[in-house]
Amino acid sequence: MNAERITEKLNILADAAKYDVSCASSGSKRKNDNKGLGNASNGICHSYTEDGRCVSLLKILLTNHCIFDCAYCVSRKNNDIKRAAFTVQEVVDLTINFYRRNYIEGLFLSSGIFKDADYTMERLVRVAKKLRIENNFNGYIHLKSIPGASDELMREAGLYADRLSVNLEMPTEAGLKLLAPEKNRQDMINPMNFLKNEIILRTEEKKLFKRAPLFAPAGQSTQVIIGATPESDQQVLQSASYFYKSFNLKRVYYSGYVPVLADKRLPDLNTSVPLVRENRLYQADWLMRFYGFHVNEIVNNQNPLLDLDIDPKLSWAIRNMQAFPVDINKADVQMILRVPGIGLLSAQKIVSARKFAKLSWEQLKKIGVALNRARYFIVCKSNEFERRDLTGNNIKQFILAESQSKYNKNTQTQLNLF
Amino acid sequence: MYTLVYDGTFEGLLTAVFEIYDRKLFHVKLIKGEWRTSAMFEEVLQVITDEHRANRVLKGLRKKLSAAGIQRLYIAHMAEMENEESAIVGFIRYVFDTDVNVEEDYGNKYVMRLSEILKMVRREKHRMEAFIRFQKLKDETYYAAIEPDFNVLPLIIRHFKNRYTDQKWIIYDIKRRYGIHYDLHDTQYITLDFSEVNKPADVISAFTEDEKIYQQLWKSYFTSVNIVARKNTRLHLRHIPKRYWRHLTEKI
Ligand code: SF4
Repeated sequence: MNAERITEKLNILADAAKYDVSCASSGSKRKNDNKGLGNASNGICHSYTEDGRCVSLLKILLTNHCIFDCAYCVSRKNNDIKRAAFTVQEVVDLTINFYRRNYIEGLFLSSGIFKDADYTMERLVRVAKKLRIENNFNGYIHLKSIPGASDELMREAGLYADRLSVNLEMPTEAGLKLLAPEKNRQDMINPMNFLKNEIILRTEEKKLFKRAPLFAPAGQSTQVIIGATPESDQQVLQSASYFYKSFNLKRVYYSGYVPVLADKRLPDLNTSVPLVRENRLYQADWLMRFYGFHVNEIVNNQNPLLDLDIDPKLSWAIRNMQAFPVDINKADVQMILRVPGIGLLSAQKIVSARKFAKLSWEQLKKIGVALNRARYFIVCKSNEFERRDLTGNNIKQFILAESQSKYNKNTQTQLNLF
Repeated sequence: MYTLVYDGTFEGLLTAVFEIYDRKLFHVKLIKGEWRTSAMFEEVLQVITDEHRANRVLKGLRKKLSAAGIQRLYIAHMAEMENEESAIVGFIRYVFDTDVNVEEDYGNKYVMRLSEILKMVRREKHRMEAFIRFQKLKDETYYAAIEPDFNVLPLIIRHFKNRYTDQKWIIYDIKRRYGIHYDLHDTQYITLDFSEVNKPADVISAFTEDEKIYQQLWKSYFTSVNIVARKNTRLHLRHIPKRYWRHLTEKI
C-alpha cells in the first residue's frame, strides 16, 4: 500500500464528503451470524469532531470528479480543486481496517458523478458487494444513490446496503432549478419510489420466508440543504412531512448551508452557517416523528418561521395556552408529551410512577422534568399557591430571562478563570 | 446503628440483606472492605458470604421483581460506586416491604437513586463500546487499554464478542489490572505483567507495520471531516470528556 497516496486521497475525499450530514448508523439489525466481522444495530458514535458532530461512519466520496455543476457543491465541475478517486479495493481496505480497530460502525459512501449515473452507481454497489461477500462484513453500509441510476442497480444496492439515500438537496423544485439546473427532481423521486415499493415487497417476503435476504433494513433517508435558497421553515417542514408520508422515509436530514463558493445565486461567502435554524428544524422534525405533532401545528400560514429564541414545542405551547394546564397525575400520555420540558423518557416515567402515588414537584424534578419550563403548563400534587394568570407572552419572557441569567453566570465563571 | 462489612461481591451483598432481616436490624450501614477487628469499636458485624443465604434472598427478589429488575440491580452493584450500598439495600428493603412490584415507582427515593446509578453506569458502558481503540499486535491480536470510572469491563464483553468474532482481541482495564482475552472461541479473564514491556521501544515493536499507517490515516480522516466554520468546543468536550483522550488514537 502506498501510504502517502492513500492519505492524500483520503484527505481530499473525506473533506469533500463532510457536508453531507446523513451519517447516523442506527436503525439496522444485521447480526454477525456468519462468524464474520461486525454487526449493525447499535448506532454508536465513535468520536466527535471539534464542531461536536458525531463520527460513526467512514464517510467518503468514491470520487470528487463530477460532470455536473451544482452551485452549492464543492465538487462541482467548474470549481478549481484537487481531484481524486479511490479504487473499489482501497475503500474496502480502509473500511475493514478502521472497523477492526473499532474506529467506526461502517461506511457511508457517496460520489461525484463520473461519466454517467449508472457507471458511478455500479462502482458504489461493487464496494458494498465486496465487503459483504468477500470480507464477511456485517457492519453498517449506507450508499448514497446517484439520481437517475437504473432500477436494477438500485435493487442490487438494497441487497448489500443497510440504508440508501437519495438527496433532495433543495427543499423545493424551484430551489433545485435555480442552483442545479442540470438536475431533475423526478430523477430523485423515481428511485425513492422504487425503493419504497421494493422495501414493502421485501418486508412481506421476509414475513413469509425467514431466510429471505435483508433489503435495506435501515430504510431510506434524504437530505435537504437549508439556507442556500429562500424557502421558509413552513415550506421545508411541509416538504419533509410529505416525503415521510409518501416514501416511508426513516429520516430527513437538514443541513445548514456552509458557504463554500462565490456565486451570485448563493448567500455571500461570509454568511454564517444557520446553526440555530438547523437545530430548530431537527427539533420540529422530532416533534412530528415522536411526539404526535402535525406539521401544521408547528408551522402554518400565521407562523411560517420557527422561533429562533425558543424551541418549537414551547413555541406551540404558548400559542395554545387553552390546552393547559395539564394535570400530570391524570392526563393522557399524548398530552403530557406536549408539555415543554418533558421528554419521551420523563413522560414514560411519569405514567409508570403515578400508578403508585400522586406526584409532586419534587418528584417530577427527580424524574428529570425541566421544571423551569414545565411548571407554567402543569398541575400536580402541591399545596403551594401558584400563579395561573400568566399569558403566553409573560411565560416566554420569564423563561428567556431565566435562561439568559444562567447563560450569563456561565460566561461569568469562564471569564473568572482567566 | 450497626455497620456491616461485606466482601464486595453480589453474593456478599445478598447475604448482608439476609442478615439484616434475620437479626431484625433497622439502622444499618453497609460497607465493603476487609474485616479488621482491631480498628472496630462500634457495633460492627462481619458478613460471611454464604451462597445458600444469598440464593434465598435472590429467590425472594425474583418473586417481586421482573428479570430486567434483577439485572438492573446486579449492574448497579457491578458499578462499584463508593458508598452506594445503602441505596441498593434501601431498594431491596423497599421491594420486600411492599406487596406489589415497585421497580417503576420513580417517586420513591431508592428506586430513583438506583435508576440514576444505572444511568451513569450505562453511559460509561456505552462510552467504552465507542471509545475503545484496538491496536494490532504482531501475533494478529487486537489490543486495547481502558481506564473507566466504573468497573464496566464485564458488561461490555458480550458486545465485543458479538462484534469481533473473527479476530483475537484483548481489552485491558489498567486501573483495575485485569482484562478480557478472546481467542476466536471463548473469552477469559486475564492479568498481564507489564513490568517487562514498560519500555516504549518494546511496545512499538509489538505492533504490526501497518498499525502505524492506519492510526495515521484515522487521524487525518478525523482532521479532514472537521468543519471549521462550525467549531463548538464546549459541545465537543461534553461528548468526549478529556479523561478519555489518553486512549483515543485521534486525540493523542
Ligand atoms: S451532482 Fe452531486 S457531486 Fe456533482 S456537483 Fe451536483 S451535488 Fe456535487
